[in-house]
Amino acid sequence: MVPIEQRIYARWLDIGTRVGLAMLVVGFAVYVFGVLDPHVPPQELARLWTLPVDHYVAATGAPTGWDWLRHLGKGDYLNFLGISVFASMSIVCYARIVPTLILQHDRLQLVLAASQLLVLLAAASGLFF
Amino acid sequence: MEWWLWPIALFAITFAMGIVAVLAGVGGGVLFVPLVGAFFPFHLDFVRATGLLIAMTSALSAAPSLLASGLASLRLAMPLALVGSVTSIAGALVGLALPTGAVQVALGCTILGIALLMWRGGRSAHPQVPRPDTLGVALRLHGVYHDPALGREVSWQVHRTPASLFVFGGIGLLAGMFGLGAGWANVPALNLLMGAPLKLSVGTSGVLLSVVDTSAAWVYIHRGAVFPMLVVPSLIGVTLGAKLGARLLRVSPALLVRRVVLAVLVIAGGRALLKGFGI
Repeated sequence: MVPIEQRIYARWLDIGTRVGLAMLVVGFAVYVFGVLDPHVPPQELARLWTLPVDHYVAATGAPTGWDWLRHLGKGDYLNFLGISVFASMSIVCYARIVPTLILQHDRLQLVLAASQLLVLLAAASGLFF
Repeated sequence: MEWWLWPIALFAITFAMGIVAVLAGVGGGVLFVPLVGAFFPFHLDFVRATGLLIAMTSALSAAPSLLASGLASLRLAMPLALVGSVTSIAGALVGLALPTGAVQVALGCTILGIALLMWRGGRSAHPQVPRPDTLGVALRLHGVYHDPALGREVSWQVHRTPASLFVFGGIGLLAGMFGLGAGWANVPALNLLMGAPLKLSVGTSGVLLSVVDTSAAWVYIHRGAVFPMLVVPSLIGVTLGAKLGARLLRVSPALLVRRVVLAVLVIAGGRALLKGFGI
């Protein structure tokens, strides 16, 4: 009754969200317990979080785009791993069902899935940054 | 106020928000942005980004079981999510480009509009769809799911697909611009406009939201509008609150909770308007 591509999508999403949640919890624990030094100390953060994002980035040198990858040794940016897992799950799941739709010769759904994948990849790549 | 009190306060309010959101049948994102934007010191850019991430992660976490059980339809979500994704990216870009005051005013108007929609809006468990439209048929937007409450299979089909694509385009724009999530609009649009059964509409709305909000969330992430001190306590608070809310659902006075949410939305929307006008 439940289409095969939907079952596959659900299975992959389930695994991804569990991984993402675990990474988020561990990352935040590392951050708040000070295991790794943060890029922006909390006291400093509290002074700056009232600013618009562009001013905040200018004041803190906070990374934009994918530059946070270079700050993974910092407690605050370690959390971006978990966040980005969540934000990537739809991409992974759409990519996973594309071959299934090809095998099913379901052209319209395939076009929709492939187009969605492109839009998500474009957003994730930082094209609209 | 000491900095560490803010994440604790955030956790407390998002925990309560998670409970109330489930009891009132709205997403946590729709309460988070107006309340935190109105009563916490964080700039609206960060609040909107966090609102999107909350809506996205909640929807992603709920989607697997809904999809696996057939109470959500990926096939129904796909064309609507595609349109919504494109417009949500546009919404995020517009929201970040506009002056804060203008966004506050627009947010206030939108929140008050949502309150009106919730107050006036009806729902239909099994709407009549006499004849599916051509596009809906071509996209095979029909199916059967098992309703455990009814103990039987429910078949469904939809109509007004072309008009719905426009509506979901508009919903995506608002979601991206204000970080509100979009369950408040997705469910009535799927249920009342397209004629999908209410349970399927609620389930499919979550899947839709997970894709649409993901697209806009990347714009905010790349712009640097995400910091964990705001995001993680809020996410954990909403998630735990929603779990408790689901347990309280059977014994809660639903009408009273809904009225409280409406009152909160009116107050928060009014506050956003006043902030927007510098009052």
